Amino acid sequence: MPFARGRSVTDIALRSPALQTSEVPSRARVLQRLRLSDLVFRTLTRSAALLVLLLLGGVILSLIRGSLPAFGTFGLAFLTTEVWNPVTEKFGALAPVYGTLVTSAIAMSIAVPVGLFVAFFLTELCPLWLRRPIGIAIELLAGIPSIIYGIWGLFVFAPFLQQTLQPFLIDTFGNVPVLSTLFAGPPYGIGMLTAGLILAIMVLPFITSISRDVFDAVPPVLKEAAYGVGCTTWEVFRSVVLPFTRVGVIGGVMLGLGRALGETMAVTFVIGNAHKVSASLLHPGTTISAAIANEFTEAVGDLYTSSLIALGLILFVITFIVLAIARYMLLRIERRIG
Amino acid sequence: MATATTTNKLYARRRRRNGLMTVLAYLAALFGVGWLVLILGVLLWEGFNGVSLQVFTEMTPPPGGTGGLLNPIVGSLIMTALAVAIGTPVGILAGTYMAEYGRYARLSSIVRFINDILLSAPSIVIGLFIYEVMVAPLGHFSGLAGAVALAVIVIPVVVRTTEDMLLLVPNALREAAAALGLPRAYIVRRIAYRAARAGIVTGVLLAIARISGETAPLLFTALNNQFWSTDLGAPMASLPAVIFQFALSPYADWQSLAWTGALIITVTVLALSIIARALTASRKTS
Repeated sequence: MPFARGRSVTDIALRSPALQTSEVPSRARVLQRLRLSDLVFRTLTRSAALLVLLLLGGVILSLIRGSLPAFGTFGLAFLTTEVWNPVTEKFGALAPVYGTLVTSAIAMSIAVPVGLFVAFFLTELCPLWLRRPIGIAIELLAGIPSIIYGIWGLFVFAPFLQQTLQPFLIDTFGNVPVLSTLFAGPPYGIGMLTAGLILAIMVLPFITSISRDVFDAVPPVLKEAAYGVGCTTWEVFRSVVLPFTRVGVIGGVMLGLGRALGETMAVTFVIGNAHKVSASLLHPGTTISAAIANEFTEAVGDLYTSSLIALGLILFVITFIVLAIARYMLLRIERRIG
Repeated sequence: MATATTTNKLYARRRRRNGLMTVLAYLAALFGVGWLVLILGVLLWEGFNGVSLQVFTEMTPPPGGTGGLLNPIVGSLIMTALAVAIGTPVGILAGTYMAEYGRYARLSSIVRFINDILLSAPSIVIGLFIYEVMVAPLGHFSGLAGAVALAVIVIPVVVRTTEDMLLLVPNALREAAAALGLPRAYIVRRIAYRAARAGIVTGVLLAIARISGETAPLLFTALNNQFWSTDLGAPMASLPAVIFQFALSPYADWQSLAWTGALIITVTVLALSIIARALTASRKTS
């Protein structure tokens, strides 16, 4: 590391050969050398920056190249076919795409309201001395690797749901017209509902910490003015803080959604890996990332591998769009707050 | 009189609503922190049952046998170290370009946008990418491919923190150095890097924390290995991959080893994030 050597700025300047000689040619040579080293360093940093672009380009190109055989064989029907049969080499992406969207929808419908309430608590209600510990706890929750959620989900959470929540849902909604199909079937424990709930726990800290940051950035004058005309804490939050930070909150939610869509290990453990589109949330299903994680190393034949890569391409396109929207929204709120 | 009662009613309703929402917020916070306690509690309980010296000195056992996690631990260490060695220089250089040379350049804003997307891109896709460019052409899985996949995850984290931290360095420092006649490359390396050092180190620590639990990109790059191997050209064991395999197995002793491995990873990740936090916190106060 160049900066680790203990020399001060003036040392460098004084020791610079340019100062010690008055001869013009050697001074010109030294300056030339400095200019050259500057150019080298500049080019180096610039190429590293370009490498980041190349990485993304490489990801997209390699996925497209790898998925060509699958799209060539099945065409766009790949997206709408439910069959996934390695023996007859017939593949379709409908079940994994459906599972990805359903589990993410379950996750977001729980994590968004809860996350916003936690952020509301942290910024408006929490006593000052508790703010930091709770904030840190939430961020640690965000740092726990997904495989830990997976093993916990498989051994602790799924059996727990199998004995409590799932029988309850089946009994309660068994005779209600639409809900009975949503909650039909025996309580397997694993399945799309369990995966969605675990995703909710994983996404919660992301939504909370971004919402808290944007809530904190609301100018105090605005809130004080609202309190001054007699608003309650909830009214200040609902009518002043939330409208002011709406763009940022949407950005945070989209960032969480991006994570939920692409999450692999936690889901793979508890989804059950069945290539089936079933209306019941209690049935096992699969998601794009779970299908890839489970089958990729065992995939025999080019078409099988290529179909899995095509799934990866679909996932990447979906998350790219979601993340691009998220970043755009967050950029807008950054500019607004200044 | 009538208006007074309606205002009173309205007032009471607003107070009730406020009370309800306050209670909900408290419950939500309890719910959020509750999961952390629950997950860590189970992890400590299950993980500590299996912790012994054996875990760190013996290889992964066959089903029914006894053994430890030595080869996956070493594999994880090797691949993490290599990933950091590849990813950190690239990340720091790219972050340097964005904060120092091209601060107002169009290229920087594009790279920033793309980098943010890479930062949260699904890691399984990174695994597919490395499979396509390294594993498929060479025809075999390798520890090197695993390390490169992890490096692709390290780069965006380091780029982001390096840029952020360099932007925090006051411009007066750079101007003072420039006034002494220092060339730009010297200003960056001797002044800006030194002022931003704690922040950049934090970024690297966070990147290590991030990759030490990554499983998805390793599954079909480094694969797994039941035996002792430090050969980068061959499949290499890693803690996350072994946890994945052992946890889904029907054998009780494998499952218990998976819990122990999970505990090791979590303790590492939490320790790294706490150190990283302490580094930036001490810098803020000084």
